[in-house]
Amino acid sequence: MLRYFLSRLLTFVPTFLGVTLISFAFIRVLPGDPIIAMAGERGVTPERYAELQEQFGFDRPLIVQFWDYFTGVLQGDLGQSFVTRKPVWDEFFTLFPATLELSTCAIILAVVLGLPAGVIAATHRGKLFDRLLMSSALVGYSMPIFWWALLLIIVFSGNLGWTPVSGRIDLLYYFPNVTGFMLIDSLLSGQSGAFGSAVKHLILPSIVLATIPLAVIARQTRSAMLEVLSEDYIRTARAKGLAPARVNGLHALRNAMIPVVTVIGLMVGTLLAGAILTETIFSWPGIGKWMVDSIFRRDYPVVQGGLLLVAVMVMVVNLIVDLLYGLINPKIRKR
Amino acid sequence: MADTTLSATVPARPGRLREFWRYFRENRGAVIGLYVFAAFVALALFANFIAPYDPTVQNRAATLLPPAWQEGGDWAYPLGTDPLGRDMLSRLLFGARFSFFVGLVVVIIASTSGILIGLIAGFAPKWLDTIIMRIMDIILSFPSLLLALVLVAILGPSLVNAMIAIAIVLQPHYVRLTRAAVMTERAKDYVISAKVAGAKLPRLMFITVLPNCLAPIIVQAALSFSNAILDVAALGFLGMGAQPPTPEWGTMLAEAREFILRAWWVVTFPGLAILITVLAINLMGDGLRDALDPKLKRS
Repeated sequence: MLRYFLSRLLTFVPTFLGVTLISFAFIRVLPGDPIIAMAGERGVTPERYAELQEQFGFDRPLIVQFWDYFTGVLQGDLGQSFVTRKPVWDEFFTLFPATLELSTCAIILAVVLGLPAGVIAATHRGKLFDRLLMSSALVGYSMPIFWWALLLIIVFSGNLGWTPVSGRIDLLYYFPNVTGFMLIDSLLSGQSGAFGSAVKHLILPSIVLATIPLAVIARQTRSAMLEVLSEDYIRTARAKGLAPARVNGLHALRNAMIPVVTVIGLMVGTLLAGAILTETIFSWPGIGKWMVDSIFRRDYPVVQGGLLLVAVMVMVVNLIVDLLYGLINPKIRKR
Repeated sequence: MADTTLSATVPARPGRLREFWRYFRENRGAVIGLYVFAAFVALALFANFIAPYDPTVQNRAATLLPPAWQEGGDWAYPLGTDPLGRDMLSRLLFGARFSFFVGLVVVIIASTSGILIGLIAGFAPKWLDTIIMRIMDIILSFPSLLLALVLVAILGPSLVNAMIAIAIVLQPHYVRLTRAAVMTERAKDYVISAKVAGAKLPRLMFITVLPNCLAPIIVQAALSFSNAILDVAALGFLGMGAQPPTPEWGTMLAEAREFILRAWWVVTFPGLAILITVLAINLMGDGLRDALDPKLKRS
């Protein structure tokens, strides 16, 4: 087990180096000069250009620049934003709780609905419920979520007026940022109605972001359950006369959970990609919107740092999933 | 079944295509998907004959006209008009061209390069294999849409660059699949006997092994076809794909965003077109998987 642990950790190192190199290379090597881009339509005089190059260190050899960047990254220094002049790291951590809050709600929604749906579909295989559920799962899986978000806004914000269109909370409420999670902060503030407002703002974005994970979890749970249900030990359990609920719930579900948990773990990338679209549409001040805005403002240090942080997040979660998987399933360790 | 009673009188095995069709037909959803897909392809191909108007021509006298069946609608514009007075139906029809074109090109680029790299990794010495797979791991660490978005931002927003970016993002999946298939095939007797018979490496790679690895790759191709359409539409929606006035579905949605509470049809139809296309392809993909790769069969 320790060997498996170490070998997985070891592969993390080159991948991390590569991810850093790619986020670095994107900005410096590919066509497009960051200084010209920053200056925009106004243009820049040759003297000022040279000055700026020196200021940002763009005049030094690429390898030196990369080394500086890499050592900086290891010390938690990702440079500072061209626009706000604040360190990229600080900006990321101010905005990250918003994305975390939204993603957590989305994944909870997806698991709470998707898991039972998949189990019921598997135990009622071929019945009407199964077919309905699998068709809707396929629709959810095929959904362009940016359009889905607009439709929900039309119906629930436009026609029914139930939910707000954008933001995290009504401007009416103001309270100090304690945890960065609006749901917790609004409760801590003790202002009446603040929590309700935060919840209302969270509903539509969570539904949108949960759509694809929900479909994937439901499909995965169903197929994992079907596979387990055809095993001999399930037949034995049934033959012993155990109640169906006990067979399905205890014997089958527990074993079917292994692939399902893996899929949930590997969904981080999907969630973050979805957050880009969801946050942009609902003006949700998280890292997805931050990245898109920075791309449009050509704020290169932010794009670079954000790309790196997001990739590292995905890598860390994948690593954890891998290690947990090795822990649960001894077969995998031998590879 | 008949294969077990082989004798001189057994009729020839039905053609591969026939056999494939027999299995594919069993999945009703897949057949529906195929018909819808074929219909959309036909609409896209003949868009310039079917479409009542030029998709970019503006009619200032008829802006934001609702669909014909709604009050205030006009049968001259069956699905209504957009904020600039362009015919929605014509724009949707021409938009289908972009989506299918994008899907096709992305799949071709991603699959050929991915299969090639995967074959090399599968046959290469261990160190090269490790390097290739690490690089693929690195690409897969980035959420695909984010990576495509940054690539397009650097290359400059356009449909072509969006296609390149998405092809790069989708290609590691082919590499992984091909390599895994090659690894299992390589150890089999028929490959070893071909090697013993003196087959050179290129022949081994492309003629002996590759055809036997194709089933999962074809299924992946259907999947990435729909992913490509979704991602290009998403990039268009974010303003980083096709640029206005191109009637690309995602770009149309982006242009329509500010009118969502006033004119539902400018938002509803382009998205519905994306959904139906992607759904049809995914249905087909399920059928393909059942027919080509019975081991992967879901239920």
